[in-house]
Amino acid sequence: MSTEVVNEIKEQEYFINMGPQHPSTHGVLRLLLSLDGEIIKNVEPHLGYIHRSIEKMCEKDTYKMIVHLTDRMDYLSCHMNNEAVCLAVEKGIELEVSDRVKVIRTIMSELTRLSSHQLWWGVMGMDLGAITSFLYGFRDREMIIDIFEETCGARLTMNYNVPGGVMFDIPNNFQKRVKEFIIYFKKKLPEYDDLLSNNVIFKARTEGVGILSKEDAISYGVTGPSGRASGFSCDIRKQHPYSAYDRVDFKEILYSEGDCFARYKARIDEMWESMFIIEQLIDNIPEGSARETTRAVIKLPKGEFYQKVETARGEFGVYIISDGKKSPYRLKFRSPGFSTLNALNTMAKGSKIADLVAIMSTIDLVIPDIDR
Amino acid sequence: MIREELKNKIISFGIEISFPKEDETPFLTLSVNPTHLHQLAKQLKEDTSTSFDYMFCQTGIDWLENMEIVYHLRSTSHGHEVVVRTQITDRENPTVDSVYDLWKTADFHEREIFDLLGVRFNNHPDLRRIFLDDDWEGYPLRKDYVDEINIVEL
Repeated sequence: MSTEVVNEIKEQEYFINMGPQHPSTHGVLRLLLSLDGEIIKNVEPHLGYIHRSIEKMCEKDTYKMIVHLTDRMDYLSCHMNNEAVCLAVEKGIELEVSDRVKVIRTIMSELTRLSSHQLWWGVMGMDLGAITSFLYGFRDREMIIDIFEETCGARLTMNYNVPGGVMFDIPNNFQKRVKEFIIYFKKKLPEYDDLLSNNVIFKARTEGVGILSKEDAISYGVTGPSGRASGFSCDIRKQHPYSAYDRVDFKEILYSEGDCFARYKARIDEMWESMFIIEQLIDNIPEGSARETTRAVIKLPKGEFYQKVETARGEFGVYIISDGKKSPYRLKFRSPGFSTLNALNTMAKGSKIADLVAIMSTIDLVIPDIDR
Repeated sequence: MIREELKNKIISFGIEISFPKEDETPFLTLSVNPTHLHQLAKQLKEDTSTSFDYMFCQTGIDWLENMEIVYHLRSTSHGHEVVVRTQITDRENPTVDSVYDLWKTADFHEREIFDLLGVRFNNHPDLRRIFLDDDWEGYPLRKDYVDEINIVEL
């Protein structure tokens, strides 16, 4: 190459599309990266590939139908999403569910959180190049999914909650199976630490990468384990206890580093806390009705109802504006992933493309939850 | 801070606000004119006794005679919550000041409201459609939106 040609090469930013079909975006999300060499200058998420306008659909549906749409958003936290709508509707019709329902809902929510975190852990390892973790995560998750299948017939989108209670009472061997699972998983969770948490390569990929300060976490509304890893105390189960969370003892996991490893640790610790919550409740499921009878078509009184719950990804809010008819006038879902994705640029700026994959994994995005 | 104290504190800012009658709602609700919205939001965030530093939800509602934007705010240090509502009377060309400079989460939330309801936010750094294509016509969450192909009437 002659010297004249070399002089003509200019330095400039260039752009790369990551997605919409990139394995580490876990769904159809397109990130437009502007790069200086391998350093990320800016990340611009392009959304809408799986936008279904669920909020518009809800304006035509009855409240019992809406419950079924919510687990098409964050399909890994489907139980908590269902619960949020049911709690909001129960607030509207001033229905108090039995203690049995409250306890069953809490146990199911924590099982859902465990299964979501197990899937996240497996996929996170695979994103960073470890195949074994994927198999481990899915192996252990299978046990929870089998419990769900026996309880309500579905493995992923469960629709177990209905306004007024749960669809069916729990099967006779539910307690036995859950206890078996807890004993099993308590042995397996230390293996997760052996495989990734204490792994030198894994630590080098995650420690000090993608730092999100506490101020930014609050300002962007990054909730859930991702927010708590930055020191933002945002656990709805503590702030506004719903179902049976006021009668169990558990810790809110808080870290201050705000890097990928802190987000990773926050989720691993949450799995221990979830098991701890289930252990406290599983032997004390009160007797009572599993489902209160409600009208076939529920009408909420005129007014507004807001309910937030803690899903596996953070604060999920349901905001119902009712005009007294059988379907809401307007319904807004505050989804955790939508706000978390907003902070991605702040976390990823200045890091390398390979680090972006680690950041994406630790904020644990579910794209249908963002696009709705 | 209990609700009454919070209410008196907000009144002492001297910004023209009103309290809708729905006192039964779980949150203290106040209503403000869109021209004073940003001023009030700034006070609510920066005053140390209120310090609403976390906006957990921002919603747009089409009431047919006006557009309403609802802000759900929370203070992470004090633990209290408030709802601020603002009604924009010009439904054809609704405009309100952006709160992106106060709460960065407004970036996506305001883009969503612009995309689906057509409310323009002044001083927003990057106001584009977020979910729909750039050449999409109309705003789907408006009550008078008609789409015979994609919306199935039950």
